[in-house]
Amino acid sequence: MLAAIGATTLEDLFSQLPPEVRLKRPLAIAPGQSEYEIVDYFRRRGEENANGYASFLGAGVYQHYRPVLVDTIVSRGEFLTSYTPYQAEIAQGTLTTIFEFQTMICQLTGMEVANASMYDGSTAVPEAAMMAMRITGRDRVVAARTVHPEYREVLQTYAQHQGMPVVESSYAPDSGALDFADLESKLDDQTAAVVIQSPNFFGIVEDVRRAAELAHRRGALLIVVFSEAVSLGILEPPRDADIVAGELQSFAISPVYGGPFAGVIATKEKFMRQLPGRLVGETKDTRGNRAFCLTLATREQHIRREKATSNICTNQALIALMATVFMTVYGKLGLRELAEQNLAKAHYLAGKLPLRFSGPFFNEFVASTNGRSPDEINETLLGKKIIGGLALGRFYPELGNTMLLCATEMSRRQELDAVGEVFAQ
Amino acid sequence: MIRKVRQHINQNEPLLFERSSPGKGGYQLPALDVPAVDAAAVLGRDKTRTEIEDFPEVSEVEAIRHFTRLSTHNYAIDLGLYPLGSCTMKYNPRVNEQVARIEGLAWAHPYQPETLAQGILEVMGTLEKMLAEITGMDAVSLQPAAGAHGEFTGILMIRALLESRGNPRKRLLIPDSAHGTNPATATMAGYAVENIKSNDCGMVDLEALARSMDEDVAALMITNPNTLGVFEQNITRIAELLHAKGALVYMDGANMNALVGVARPGDFGVDVMHLNLHKTFSTPHGGGGPGSGPVAVKKPLAPFLPKPTLQKSDGRWSWNYDRPQSIGRVRAYYGNVGMHIRALAYILAHGGDGLRNATLDAVLNATYIRKLVEPYYDLPHTAATMHECVFSDERQAKRGVRTGDIAKRLIDYGFHPYTVSFPLIVRGAMMIEPTETESKAELDLFIDALISIAKEVDEDPETVLKAPHHTRTSRVDEVAAARRPIVRWRNERVPSNRSRTAGSGG
Repeated sequence: MLAAIGATTLEDLFSQLPPEVRLKRPLAIAPGQSEYEIVDYFRRRGEENANGYASFLGAGVYQHYRPVLVDTIVSRGEFLTSYTPYQAEIAQGTLTTIFEFQTMICQLTGMEVANASMYDGSTAVPEAAMMAMRITGRDRVVAARTVHPEYREVLQTYAQHQGMPVVESSYAPDSGALDFADLESKLDDQTAAVVIQSPNFFGIVEDVRRAAELAHRRGALLIVVFSEAVSLGILEPPRDADIVAGELQSFAISPVYGGPFAGVIATKEKFMRQLPGRLVGETKDTRGNRAFCLTLATREQHIRREKATSNICTNQALIALMATVFMTVYGKLGLRELAEQNLAKAHYLAGKLPLRFSGPFFNEFVASTNGRSPDEINETLLGKKIIGGLALGRFYPELGNTMLLCATEMSRRQELDAVGEVFAQ
Repeated sequence: MIRKVRQHINQNEPLLFERSSPGKGGYQLPALDVPAVDAAAVLGRDKTRTEIEDFPEVSEVEAIRHFTRLSTHNYAIDLGLYPLGSCTMKYNPRVNEQVARIEGLAWAHPYQPETLAQGILEVMGTLEKMLAEITGMDAVSLQPAAGAHGEFTGILMIRALLESRGNPRKRLLIPDSAHGTNPATATMAGYAVENIKSNDCGMVDLEALARSMDEDVAALMITNPNTLGVFEQNITRIAELLHAKGALVYMDGANMNALVGVARPGDFGVDVMHLNLHKTFSTPHGGGGPGSGPVAVKKPLAPFLPKPTLQKSDGRWSWNYDRPQSIGRVRAYYGNVGMHIRALAYILAHGGDGLRNATLDAVLNATYIRKLVEPYYDLPHTAATMHECVFSDERQAKRGVRTGDIAKRLIDYGFHPYTVSFPLIVRGAMMIEPTETESKAELDLFIDALISIAKEVDEDPETVLKAPHHTRTSRVDEVAAARRPIVRWRNERVPSNRSRTAGSGG
């Protein structure tokens, strides 16, 4: 090959690099290792993490069983090692599954259109807010304090240079749900969007319709966020929202210490052209057969550059495929039964603990620690190989003696009972 | 002659919704070991749904056949060369997939106690250190979820640094050869964009750059090697120009596969950059993500990194949230950690020398294609090729055949096409990046295909214009798709139960 290109050494290929930019020593990285050594290295790292613990952590990342079919499908090289389906003729596999994904997200959320995925729930929120700014021509955003605290931090990061003030509205101290009087007082004629989450960060199911009425009365859009997608198996979908921004981690996506996950934005058909990210549409090929392709690319950065709806390019296709396979395996009946199991487990556990809030909840809730510190309870639980709840003082100073606990279909009754006993001590 | 492929039978497959029959499912749940709860009673009837209308109902076998059949409608790296320029479609080692699924790593919850997360933190800390060594930078954050997200993070840090010096400034300079994400990012970070023209060699025009420089310029966003696959030879001079006016240099690291082990951005004046772990470090592209876009910075920018940052003291890893100058979070939790695991596995497998050898092979492969294809296609920029080369369809366009047509014809020859019509500064661009993955045999097949197509353009342009001919899906009407967008399946039948569920919001 060198002869064919008229070079004598591989080094010749770099002769155009000015000498002063060349690295004049080897990289300080140890020599390459064998496959066995690599597997062994990561196995050991895995053993240094929690192993064999039951966990009651939720707070945006949920432990749900991953059907075997999910990894079977996403491990197929045709899905794993292809890229964004720019060449529709040889990417119908990916395009078709994305079209199905978009459809199922609409069916779940009650929206009319959904994009092909976002990085995650936390980044879907500011993207939805910027979308609302473009639609309404307004700039202010009111976000409920019961939206995931880290999602709100990401919203602040994105908002700061968009000329987008973000105002927070509080929750009702008894129910843990939206404080509608406070929300109403925060709205004005410059409000582009109200952002709420349901179930909210405390696990409580919000009154979406009432929030929509308040927002719409002032000409603002309602953005409904979800982080526990399994809840949509049983909850009335947020049909009154204008934009739904969600996290799909619950759909067979391993927690992996926080990612990769897949977010999604769904909305009404009339707002479709303001969606960020990839979108797959149906069309025909020259033989008249149904086919799919990326569409409405004129919204996107590679065409519109600085005038694009977002800078997003790569999204989370393979992770969205995990969610698609999950939704297929469970299907209409299974997702409902799964949601019912989560509801039952969480309510069984809640029956043993002092609840901080009175609002209706799905599979997580806030428990009071009755004067004891959450850390002390969690220490005791760790001794029983149980990772307890998330101490909420970290995000809500006024909730110092509380913790957020989550139970799913993977929580066993004896573990639920054990948590109850530690609280009762 | 088409040598790499021949036609074979390939299954048709309807949409899931068209396959569904009531009552089917592929799931099994354990028996409930606690009392069942009436959802409508505890949540309120108006807050519960009776069913998810039209949601799929298929058996496990139907599900696996559905997705397997669809998978065979895709082309992939596992089938052969995938020369999308700027995408670095290299082999995705399967050991990476295996280690990312190790239970203690895959099931780690982001809020589990740090004492029970030392293994995963060690993985992330080691990766940060290695990326700093590879880039010659001082500090790394793994938080950004993709390349464009890393750009956004980097530009926010530049803004924060300049603000701390009293003036965030107004403009970003971006070469006209840049990826579209660069200007889109600038807008999201509140900056105006000024395009900088490339010179005849395809490099940033120093004089044009100097003319644009003033105290309102916050930074230059440069890709090096640039999207023509050309190393910006004046990079140190460019950096001096920026630094002299108090501005910074942002490097888009999309093309880092040309530099690893050979040159380090930190040594040629770059202040902040991102890496694409899904390009240079072999994490799978997955049909369009997930990616991962760590940012690497020089010391002055380190206080502005997204929070939390990873730290180690007394042999224990922990997260540091006490970062008063941080730009804040760009993502919940700590980033696409599953991709960090895979990237570290890639680095460990290669070692320092192996990484450098991969770079040499990537440049060798691209240069080889360039030399052998050059007699048949126009090469507008003749500077030495690094990891990719960009031809123009100028010669073929005279016979009415454009880059997009040649791309479609390549499919008939058994290849994924190159990147079409990018970069924008080349008319009818054909951007080819083979990566180090490919053997000479595969490259020769590809070169033969391009040469053969060039002959077809001369002798029988219709064949090229109507390509692909041998695929199960022929040329797709993208214009119709955009004119009347159908972006979801709808049930054309009126379901018999709609009237029953309408009142209860089913």
